[in-house]
Amino acid sequence: MTSSPITGTRDAAARTAVEVRMEGLSRRYGPVVALDRLDLTVQPGELVALLGPSGCGKTTTLRLLAGLEDADDGRVVVGGRDITHLPASRRDMGMVFQAYSLFPHMTVRQNVAFGLRVRRVGAARRDERALEMLDLVGLSAQADRYPHQLSGGQQQRVALARALAIEPQVLLLDEPLSALDAKVRAQLRDQIRRIQLEVGITTLFVTHDQEEALAIADRVGVMRDGRIEQLASPTEVYSRPASSFVAEFVGLSNRLAGEVRAGQVVVRGVALPLVDSGTPEGQAVALVRPEAVTLASPSSPEPGPLVGTVIAITFLGATSRVTVDLGDVTVLAQLQTAEAAALPTGSRVALSIRPDPVLVAARSKPAPVPGDET
Amino acid sequence: MAVTATSRAGARAAKPARPGRRLLVPAWSGTVPFLAYVAVFLLWPTGIVVVDALKNPDGAWAFSNITELGSPLVRGYFIGSFKLCLFSTLTGAVLGAILAYAVASGNPDGVVRRLYLAASGVLAQFGGVTLAFAFLVLIGPVGLLFHASWYFDFPWGIGLIYTYFQIPLMVLVFLPAIDGLKVQWREASESLGASAWQYWRHIGGPLLLPAFLGGSLLLFANALSAFATIQAWEDQVAYVVPQQISTALSSEVGLSNVNVADLLALGMVIMVAIVMTGYALLQRRAARWLR
Amino acid sequence: MAAVTSAGETPPGATAARRAGMQARRRRRLNAFRYAVFAVFGAFFLLPLLAMARFSLEGARLGTWSVKAWRDIASYQGTGIPPLLSAIEITLELAVITCAVMLVLLVPTMIWVRLRVRWLARTIEFLCLLPLTIPAIVLVVGLGPIYNKIQHISLSALMLFWVYVILALPYAYRALAAGLGAIDVTTLSEAARSLGASWFTVVVRVIVPNMRQAILNAVLLTWALVLGEFTIAFLLLYTNLQVELFSISRNTPNAGVLFSTSFAALAFAFALLAILSFAGRRGGRRSRYRP
Repeated sequence: MTSSPITGTRDAAARTAVEVRMEGLSRRYGPVVALDRLDLTVQPGELVALLGPSGCGKTTTLRLLAGLEDADDGRVVVGGRDITHLPASRRDMGMVFQAYSLFPHMTVRQNVAFGLRVRRVGAARRDERALEMLDLVGLSAQADRYPHQLSGGQQQRVALARALAIEPQVLLLDEPLSALDAKVRAQLRDQIRRIQLEVGITTLFVTHDQEEALAIADRVGVMRDGRIEQLASPTEVYSRPASSFVAEFVGLSNRLAGEVRAGQVVVRGVALPLVDSGTPEGQAVALVRPEAVTLASPSSPEPGPLVGTVIAITFLGATSRVTVDLGDVTVLAQLQTAEAAALPTGSRVALSIRPDPVLVAARSKPAPVPGDET
Repeated sequence: MAVTATSRAGARAAKPARPGRRLLVPAWSGTVPFLAYVAVFLLWPTGIVVVDALKNPDGAWAFSNITELGSPLVRGYFIGSFKLCLFSTLTGAVLGAILAYAVASGNPDGVVRRLYLAASGVLAQFGGVTLAFAFLVLIGPVGLLFHASWYFDFPWGIGLIYTYFQIPLMVLVFLPAIDGLKVQWREASESLGASAWQYWRHIGGPLLLPAFLGGSLLLFANALSAFATIQAWEDQVAYVVPQQISTALSSEVGLSNVNVADLLALGMVIMVAIVMTGYALLQRRAARWLR
Repeated sequence: MAAVTSAGETPPGATAARRAGMQARRRRRLNAFRYAVFAVFGAFFLLPLLAMARFSLEGARLGTWSVKAWRDIASYQGTGIPPLLSAIEITLELAVITCAVMLVLLVPTMIWVRLRVRWLARTIEFLCLLPLTIPAIVLVVGLGPIYNKIQHISLSALMLFWVYVILALPYAYRALAAGLGAIDVTTLSEAARSLGASWFTVVVRVIVPNMRQAILNAVLLTWALVLGEFTIAFLLLYTNLQVELFSISRNTPNAGVLFSTSFAALAFAFALLAILSFAGRRGGRRSRYRP
């Protein structure tokens, strides 16, 4: 037994970090298609976050992987083994649920040791291992308390310890932070990521909160209607979205009318590079991030395509979001609060747009009426 | 709000509720009618029972009367009650739990569940005289189904009849506990590698145990207090305490029998109180886990 | 995505065919168990009722059919006992009076306690649930002296309502408490008071209308209780429906009218509680706010 519980577990995981592959997974509930021939491969030791609105199929994917639901079609391969028809109790995965999953009649220690008890591990070894895991999540002092005596964040940490105690091949997290307060959420999120990296276990993390997904994942899979729209690193998903759904779900976007010409899109007199150089020419709607919009006092009092009036400021702490009315359209700009303070409501401002690559919305949507942002 | 209120309403709000005098009575006086009613028709009779049980026929205090509860004759009635209660509670609790599980594991909004719950509500109250009649024509001497030779045997025949209303009562009491088993516990247990048997042994069972025991105690108290059913089943012989109380009350032999009735009633109240306290404690434990 | 096959893997195409999953199999096994349970228990509960129904349609000779038993309800007159119809009448009147008194006693008291005398809430609850621990057979022993006094004023069986209200307290209290708990009484009454309403208006026009479902529940439970009450009426030497049926059965054990009346009473109780559970759902859906 190595001296550190963390390295002990990490060595074990590093030896056995596995690839998780889902091929052609489909699941229907009556007429509703929850998953539509989904393909997803998680590399050994990687943390993939599945992000999307309710009903997009992310939780279904997780539960199919866990074995808590049956797939109508397709297969699941873990570490080279086809486990599609294996029952949940034999899949060797650790799962953390959104809430209420700790057994209320058992102490924290007994909860964490439960998976080992079920595998007929001896009492002494069980106890040792349970305390190791509680050390890992920083709750050894609470070992003999009951779940109802712990806070929400502590309960989820116990749930994590319980899932890892059995040395699973894969870690599954089903919106583990959604039921917690904002402050606890941020702390716990980082802790989960730290532990996951230490242990080196292949992990699938489901969330509807894009900030969470971007903060902790190696790769983010944005899902809609049972399909993955984009699977890429957080930076790429944010700055080079593959579709307008991704662009608008992850972060905010301004929709501005413009024209695609010669590999660029011209929006209100400003030429911006394109994310997708193959965009067809013609009238289009460009999706511009608020942080790419900067504001300043206008140099000349004449109206222009980039001159407007501040109609609202939303204070968000370190940054502020400023809503500017350009006459025919409303634009959101994200500034440092100190800068926004210099531009009170009602003042005239001039916009400039940073030349970040922008995505152009698919033509299948009718071009929005100027002024209609929804 | 002041804008929309009429001036009359505004004036009314400024005065106390009853125009004229200011009331100086405390707020709790509003509960006096209720408290008085309960005092006269519940607490006073109970008091009479307790006091008369501990008095001699001539009115003097005789706390030693309590030892009469241990006399062989009285003990016989309590043993009879105990046998019948034990039998009907065991069958009612186990069968009721099985039925409750079958109902709970179905569609929460489904017809079957609503039907069985409504039926349980009625059948738990359906006791007494009519139930005895129903069983009499079913398995009695001229029974439509067959004649059960043991129908008039104590405690088997009457125990079966008691089971008829004990099962629905158990369903009503135990169903919320089964509903309280969160699906996440089952799923967590499964993903940690436990089989169905292991889940029930380590998690489902222990969590349901307080509710099951509590329900059983309630059934026991229910069977103990029942009178009409067994009286309609067989009123020539007194097998259980309630029947003996009835005999003592309607017997023509002077005041001494009133004291017997009081004594037996006191003994019953003590037994039921103990059982119901156990029930309340177990329900609290069950509620804490299965909220 | 290119599929890289390593040793030991099965090619994707072979397992693409749809197979019955484990969860689906488990669900099917569970449903088989449930239906078996429902069938067995359903039979157990229905058979006595069917036997009673059959016997109520029995003719002069065994095996024949006749509705005589049903027609006799209106005209039956046993030796030495009041006519059946008068017993039915008395019981129905008792039910109405008991419900009325129960509502007048409980509803204002519970609302008042909730609004102004919170610290009495526990006591009231304890008193209302106490009748569960002091069974009717015990209560009636202590009621003797009290009813002796009442009988100086009136010999009518309707005087039973005094104690029936007590018997109904636990069930009515629970039903009303559930209704009160579902609405925010304090906020509603404060809002009404701030708009100028008197206490009377608050209770009658603001709170009670929101408790309609709970009041209906309490009333139906009280009805079922009064219709089925035997013990106290019997031991206080009054005649109500159940006592009448008992007396008839001791005089003429196989009187068809016993079964027709019992069946009618039971069907009525079932109808009442069916109304309760199905009206409850509809009412609930209507009043639930959907954002």
